Amino acid sequence: MNKSWWKILSFLLLVYTIVAGFLWEVPRLDILNETIRNLYFHVCMWFGMMILYGISFAYSIRYLRGFNYKYDIYATHFASLGSLFGVLGYITGAIWVSVTWVTQSGQSLGTVLKEPKLIGAAIALLIYGAYFVLRGSFTDMDKKARVSAVYNIFAFVMLFPSIWIIPRLVGSLHPGSPGSDSGNPALDQNDLDAGMRMVFYPAVIGWTLLGIWLATLRIRLQLIRDKSITHEA
Amino acid sequence: MKLKSINHFFAFVLAMFIGNSAMAQSAQGPEMADLMRSNGKIYIVVAVCLTILIGLFLYAWTIDRKISRLEKEK
Repeated sequence: MNKSWWKILSFLLLVYTIVAGFLWEVPRLDILNETIRNLYFHVCMWFGMMILYGISFAYSIRYLRGFNYKYDIYATHFASLGSLFGVLGYITGAIWVSVTWVTQSGQSLGTVLKEPKLIGAAIALLIYGAYFVLRGSFTDMDKKARVSAVYNIFAFVMLFPSIWIIPRLVGSLHPGSPGSDSGNPALDQNDLDAGMRMVFYPAVIGWTLLGIWLATLRIRLQLIRDKSITHEA
Repeated sequence: MKLKSINHFFAFVLAMFIGNSAMAQSAQGPEMADLMRSNGKIYIVVAVCLTILIGLFLYAWTIDRKISRLEKEK
């Protein structure tokens, strides 16, 4: 019980997110209207993804330092939960786009989806998809763990150009690009409404903790399954 | 009678989403779901989402406990 306080915290934060996220006042803006509330859900998926991929990256480095098989399991499952969050973020973003970026000036959803930010996000997710393909293609366990740990480091580093840098260089409809005033709208003091920040940051923590919890469930299952290998570790 | 008002509510929600861009500029500034809030039905959405959230957490919790039991067995 004393070790599960953060699971309860995650639950409470998500209850708060839903209640305050639906009921509190938000800024009244054209085009966005009530959809600005997606900030508490869509954006949190990407924040959670970055954190989960970051944890996975750290465990991959840790694996390469001592070749402890346990850390390879950690890295895999944090990466898979990160990918789940990324896919959810992509889908929710596509839904959001379909009502805010598609205007009366004749674009179709198909043209809007050729956006630099969306292509960058798709590339990032595909790079992580290749991580799992790579893992699946090895029969030798040590080789699998070693190669995929190195690849995981590459994949994490590739996140930055593909979803943060390139969309901001070439311009994008997504907030945070050269057309708008801010570098990182979710973190900028002047860009995000103070009331929304009161819900947004707890929401990020809540969703991330949920992702970590689900990842640890999968890790613990795998550790039980592979007990003969990791026993001495 | 009750069914009719529910139908009206759904029709309103639907119209709000479809007609969003068409009637965006009204006299009072950007349109928000004020009616949805004033008749209180947004609370239904909150209740539905909370129910799903509670269900998902209970499910994860039972899996967590099962794994804990497996870990103890050795």
